[in-house]
Amino acid sequence: MALRRDWVYENNGGTCVAIAGSDYCVIAADTRLSVGYSIYTREFSKICNLADKCVLATSGFQGDMKALQKNLAARHLIYQHQHNKQMSCPAMAQLLSNTLYYKRFFPYYTFNILGGLDSNGKGCVFTYDAVGSYERVGYSAQGTGAGLIIPVLDNQLKSPSPLLLPAKDAVTPLSEAEAVDLVKDVFASATERDIYTGDKVEIVVINASGIRQELMELRKD
Amino acid sequence: MFRNQYDTDVTTWSPAGRLFQVEYAMEAVKQGAAAVGLRSASHVVLATVNKAASDLSSYQKKVFKIDDHIGVAIAGLTADGRVLSRYLRNECINHAFVYESPLPVSRLVVRLADKAQLKRQHISGLTLIILQEQVCTQRSWKRPYGVGLLVAGLDETGAHLYYNCPSGNYFEYQAFAIGSRSQAAKTFLERRFESFNNYSRDELIKDAIFAIKETLQGEKLTSAICTLAVVGKDEAFHLIDQKIIEELIDSMEIKEDAPADQAPVTDEDGSTGAAPMDI
Repeated sequence: MALRRDWVYENNGGTCVAIAGSDYCVIAADTRLSVGYSIYTREFSKICNLADKCVLATSGFQGDMKALQKNLAARHLIYQHQHNKQMSCPAMAQLLSNTLYYKRFFPYYTFNILGGLDSNGKGCVFTYDAVGSYERVGYSAQGTGAGLIIPVLDNQLKSPSPLLLPAKDAVTPLSEAEAVDLVKDVFASATERDIYTGDKVEIVVINASGIRQELMELRKD
Repeated sequence: MFRNQYDTDVTTWSPAGRLFQVEYAMEAVKQGAAAVGLRSASHVVLATVNKAASDLSSYQKKVFKIDDHIGVAIAGLTADGRVLSRYLRNECINHAFVYESPLPVSRLVVRLADKAQLKRQHISGLTLIILQEQVCTQRSWKRPYGVGLLVAGLDETGAHLYYNCPSGNYFEYQAFAIGSRSQAAKTFLERRFESFNNYSRDELIKDAIFAIKETLQGEKLTSAICTLAVVGKDEAFHLIDQKIIEELIDSMEIKEDAPADQAPVTDEDGSTGAAPMDI
């Protein structure tokens, strides 16, 4: 199967997950960067701290990932100069959507999850497609391992699941520690079956006291 | 400076080889409220006097953060200063986006000077990008910026303090003062600048407050009348909290004879004693 010579994208693999809680948000992504059946590096961060209460996790094509993160970071700086405060998570969510749609006819090959705290201190997660369609949800997964992870989250995080008809932005009643454990389990399982997911998972937790980061080892094969 | 027949247009030379409009623009800087800057080897401090248009209004913002490593203090038409700050911020953001590193201060002041003074005569596609609005001395329908900027910043080559004036000239300084009654501050700084390079951060801040005090010439020095900002090797540019300025002023006044007691009685305008047209 020959590659098209005008194909300018590349899928670097990887998986991102985020879970929103009543006063926290957990965002996690693995650290493997791959192409085809090879690994570029085992220590690549797919997570970007955009603002005080807002973190972006991106899987897909790493070149576009980097460009998108830089773009948003620069726009955030301008916002801070103009408004004298940090952007809220919902505001950043809209900005990301607009930025993605701006390139509707030459998209950023990125699958994004934005996580953070809204203006009430409640956890929020926004999930996107490559051209900016987005929705606020209680949890999400994107990337090569998403198909393995979402059904498990649907089952475990019962209340925010769209399978039972709740309010759109219901958050999970789990505690922060339980949510982090669930994320670790879910990544460990996805690593078993998805070749592009593994090496390490970077877990970022946002709550009222700030942002903290944790790394967990995963299978290297 | 007298009115004469060569001062209508910025593009008209006088027979003596002067551009009066540019010189008048520099007058606007001299009328603004004072701003001082001091530099040591590792820190730069900016201080300004907060003049309010009246007792009922708040004072105008004269210190702007441009980037983590650069800040400016302005004197003159503060509206022009705001516009220029926006331009400077954009330049820093764009440079950081492309080069993943902070814009060196010397490059920033050159761009600012170019903006104030156009070098190119003709407009071509390329130069159009470089010609921003304020091409003061070479377009008759434009006017010079009426604001002087003290640019304080840190980069790989160390700490820097520049003064950009409306004519498009810029110079680097160890310490400088601009605005109304700045000569008093300059005299004070001239006596002491040789040791500034070795000053600690706190000594630099104290001397900045002293310099501002000189420009007040009798008015009471309170934390409300003074805005202070600092940038240093491991310190992003930021404004210093009013409470800390209050403490510094108190600690300074304990050493001197307290002129503070007399001030409320002699002030006829009210607490800030702001002249109506000062900016």
